[in-house]
Amino acid sequence: MNSKSSSVQSDWRAPELSLRFWPVFLRNLLVWRKLAIPSLVGNIAEPLMWLVAFGYGMGALVGKITVQTPDGAVAVPYILFLASGSICMSAMQAASFEALYSAFSRMHVQKTWDGILNAPVGLDDIVLAEMLWAAFKALFTVTAIIGVMLALGITHSPKILLAWPILLGVGITFSCMALVFNALAKGYDFFTYYFTLFLTPVMFLSGVFFPLEQLPENVRLVANWLPLASAVALVRPLFMDQWPQDAARHLLVLAAYAGVSFWIALALTRKRFRK
Amino acid sequence: MHKRYGDNAVVKDLSFEIAPGECLGVIGPNGAGKTTTIRMCLGLTAPDSGSIHALGLEMPRDALAIKQQLGVVTQLDTLDPDFSCAENLLVYGRYFGMKDKDIKARIPELLEFASLTAKAQAKPGELSGGMKRRLSLARALVNNPKLLLLDEPTTGLDPQARHLMWERLQLLLQQGKSILLTTHFMDEAERLCTRLLVLDHGQKIAEGTPRDLIAQHLEPDVVEVYGNGALRLVDSPLRTYAARVEVSGETVFFYTQNARELLDALGIHPDLRTLHRPANLEDLFLKLTGRQIREDA
Repeated sequence: MNSKSSSVQSDWRAPELSLRFWPVFLRNLLVWRKLAIPSLVGNIAEPLMWLVAFGYGMGALVGKITVQTPDGAVAVPYILFLASGSICMSAMQAASFEALYSAFSRMHVQKTWDGILNAPVGLDDIVLAEMLWAAFKALFTVTAIIGVMLALGITHSPKILLAWPILLGVGITFSCMALVFNALAKGYDFFTYYFTLFLTPVMFLSGVFFPLEQLPENVRLVANWLPLASAVALVRPLFMDQWPQDAARHLLVLAAYAGVSFWIALALTRKRFRK
Repeated sequence: MHKRYGDNAVVKDLSFEIAPGECLGVIGPNGAGKTTTIRMCLGLTAPDSGSIHALGLEMPRDALAIKQQLGVVTQLDTLDPDFSCAENLLVYGRYFGMKDKDIKARIPELLEFASLTAKAQAKPGELSGGMKRRLSLARALVNNPKLLLLDEPTTGLDPQARHLMWERLQLLLQQGKSILLTTHFMDEAERLCTRLLVLDHGQKIAEGTPRDLIAQHLEPDVVEVYGNGALRLVDSPLRTYAARVEVSGETVFFYTQNARELLDALGIHPDLRTLHRPANLEDLFLKLTGRQIREDA
């Protein structure tokens, strides 16, 4: 063989993405189609129970909650306040679960990724497919939940149509973040830390259950920059038939978390597969 | 090519070629660098130095273009457990950019090749080990590849399943496909491979056709002697009948040019059991790589 030295590429090089991700996405869709109904029940039953129990139960105690909008302070029923926050939480959880447990099963346990890598599909495209797949599942879950919310008459806002693409974005952001931890994981146990030590505090600090104004000033400084807080800030007004404030900043926060996380996830996954 | 992990050189100055229609066997103990070599050929890991050319293209630069024309069967099955046999083939064909119509037209012939026609709707979990390996082989053929990389394709199979696999691989060779095969089974290597590469510690230690290698490195006959007192023969005058003597456990191996005289002389030890046979690839393998179990194996 030639003595020519091959250039060793950096794991942090730019993403190499192409349309070859599509058959990988389709693969996940085909598996899911077989299990869609039971998985849907699991995905929406829990958030709905929370909503009904807390919304109606707590709502009776709390009464109305005041939310700041461009038109000034608006008082809304607690169940609407909670529904508009918990829909973001559902997108976060559905995407995180898929990009952690399910992606890890395919990557590590079933060796599905190894099989795909022997075909002309690059690792970057596989990660992209998993990311979009987890976001798609999040979108599917929130669509079902929004359907139930409309049926329950919790909201009638036509602006909810705009919440839909934003929730897809929330799914993308959290699946990118989860894929970072997927790349680092040695086993499923690792994900418990991510859920309990990261996602749970994020859930409580993002204004899902109570207004951020309730938090101490220094905690709010952090909370204001959490991705779920931005998601709630964008989606909640749309549920109330209002326009979000600082929409550009919040969209930028979500995009920044997604972009940076995806790049880190790619680099760490490349490193994992380079062995 | 050359590959190291940390201070451990896994593949050293290895170079080989495969001609069209040829089956090149790579044999060597565990840890010899066989799988690393295959991974480099697939562009999954880059050689530290050296280059890999295939089908007029170069790895890893043209990895996707090369893989477009490759078929791969890895040591561990990577079949999709949620899909039937037919769906496994369909989904895998899509990774090659094939249209559903074209893949579906090919599925019956692939399933027949794998003797899985009756199992088209069965999932991998319902298949035997041999069936799974044949489904993996059928999957590797979905893109009608010119070159097949097979990493221990028959490990863990029963003799019937192994023979069926060999028959199928011979069919592929007759069709003009090239095969790079790693194996631990010397009868498999002898039967299928036109040429062999013996690897140890990442280095090529022998190369040639199975017959030539045996003739070149070994005496034609082996007499194995075992039983009570066999080990004492090593230092007895009988030794002069053999060109080389090896001991493994309680068995003495005489490698000899004149087995007849040795067997006659062994007649004075009627309590010892003997086995006379021609030297084979396994003898060659053990001579070149040693009889000791590797600590890291």
